[in-house]
Amino acid sequence: MMNRLFAPLAMIVAAMFAYAPIMIANAPYESTMGLIQKIFYFHVPAALTFFLAAFVCGVASAMYLFGRRPSADRVALAAAELTVLLGVIVLISGPLWARKAWGIWWDWDARLTSTLVLWLTFQAYLLLRRYGGPGSDRLGAGVAIFGMCNVPFVYWSVEFWRTLHPKTSVLPTLQPGMRGPFWFCVVAFVGLFVVLLAARTRLEERRAELEQLYLAVEGE
Amino acid sequence: MSFAATVWLVMRKDLRIEIRSREILYTTLFFAVACVLVFAFGFVREGRALEDASAGILWIAIAFSGTLALGRAFDRERHNETLRALMLAPVARPALYVGKLLGVLVLLAAVEIVVVPMIALMFQANLLAHAWLMSALLVAGTIGFAAVGTLFAAMLVRARSRDVLLPILLYPITIPVIIAGVRGTAALLQAEVDVPMARAWLSMLVFFDVVFITIALWVFEPVMTE
Repeated sequence: MMNRLFAPLAMIVAAMFAYAPIMIANAPYESTMGLIQKIFYFHVPAALTFFLAAFVCGVASAMYLFGRRPSADRVALAAAELTVLLGVIVLISGPLWARKAWGIWWDWDARLTSTLVLWLTFQAYLLLRRYGGPGSDRLGAGVAIFGMCNVPFVYWSVEFWRTLHPKTSVLPTLQPGMRGPFWFCVVAFVGLFVVLLAARTRLEERRAELEQLYLAVEGE
Repeated sequence: MSFAATVWLVMRKDLRIEIRSREILYTTLFFAVACVLVFAFGFVREGRALEDASAGILWIAIAFSGTLALGRAFDRERHNETLRALMLAPVARPALYVGKLLGVLVLLAAVEIVVVPMIALMFQANLLAHAWLMSALLVAGTIGFAAVGTLFAAMLVRARSRDVLLPILLYPITIPVIIAGVRGTAALLQAEVDVPMARAWLSMLVFFDVVFITIALWVFEPVMTE
């Protein structure tokens, strides 16, 4: 089904990303922060999708580890790569905003730290998958489960220590003019995630098929 | 064979090998001492070591030497494929994990018995004022670190470039333990001792230990099965 839906979905996502800047430009200015607040329309949706990708990777890893379905492992690998990619977007757009809003690039706050740690964990996952050699798929699944379960603890331990980042509770209090572009961007980012995940999983499937064919030829 | 008997046998095997060669203990201990010295010199200000840095240096020394000990402890199992022999034994897999974990914990405890008083001497910290709370923090923190470390080191036995992958995987996951350990110890070592704060961090460490050991026991079997 995904094969037939892929091209239309990819086009819709591309059109949404092309239109997003116009919507963001037309959105009202925030009273105290002004223009810098506009980065929020990309930063927050990217962060939400980042956590979604990590969650998909963790669940797919658990399914692979306990159900032994190779397809779950391919989804986990694809989701891990997207987690790292989205993490880069979050970790670049965040400090750009923080430099103007707080006057500093980085702060050891609960949200920032847990995002960074989650990003590092999935970076480590990819390093393991790439350099771990045979059997690293199952080891990676164990790491991904640990990484996913670890996020609340990092958050909690740092929050106990100190916190500065705006709370998620700002979302319901958004002005009506800001709500539209914000949710539009959320849908665009989630759509982008689905499209890239499907493409990347398909690539892994093809690679596995090719491997099978090589093995079959060598066996003859 | 019962769970406890398996745990005991695996731990006794590891400790017996270690008592005969004392290789991991001596090398890890010397490494930890060297680590403390390097960091003490790294934080020197006006000719004296920074006193607030002691808690951080202590936990860095534990984390670094712990990684080294974990790597070495499982390297031994790689020679002659003894880990495979262990996995083939008709016993509960989680018991093997717990046995290895206890063996690593005994080693790390031996290292801490030397390193902690050394840090206390070098940084003029009064360790004995709250000896029980201090040792509880050390025990809980070391268990949390070693619980994840034992699982990952066991997983990596068959992997390539395992020496570098172990710290890469281990440090991001154990950050909550390190934060809680450092903050709790710092609350006890600072000039105005903050006992309620140290207790709060201790309870958090115990919570992390329970969660990490539960996940590790749950994941160990499917990860180690070939």
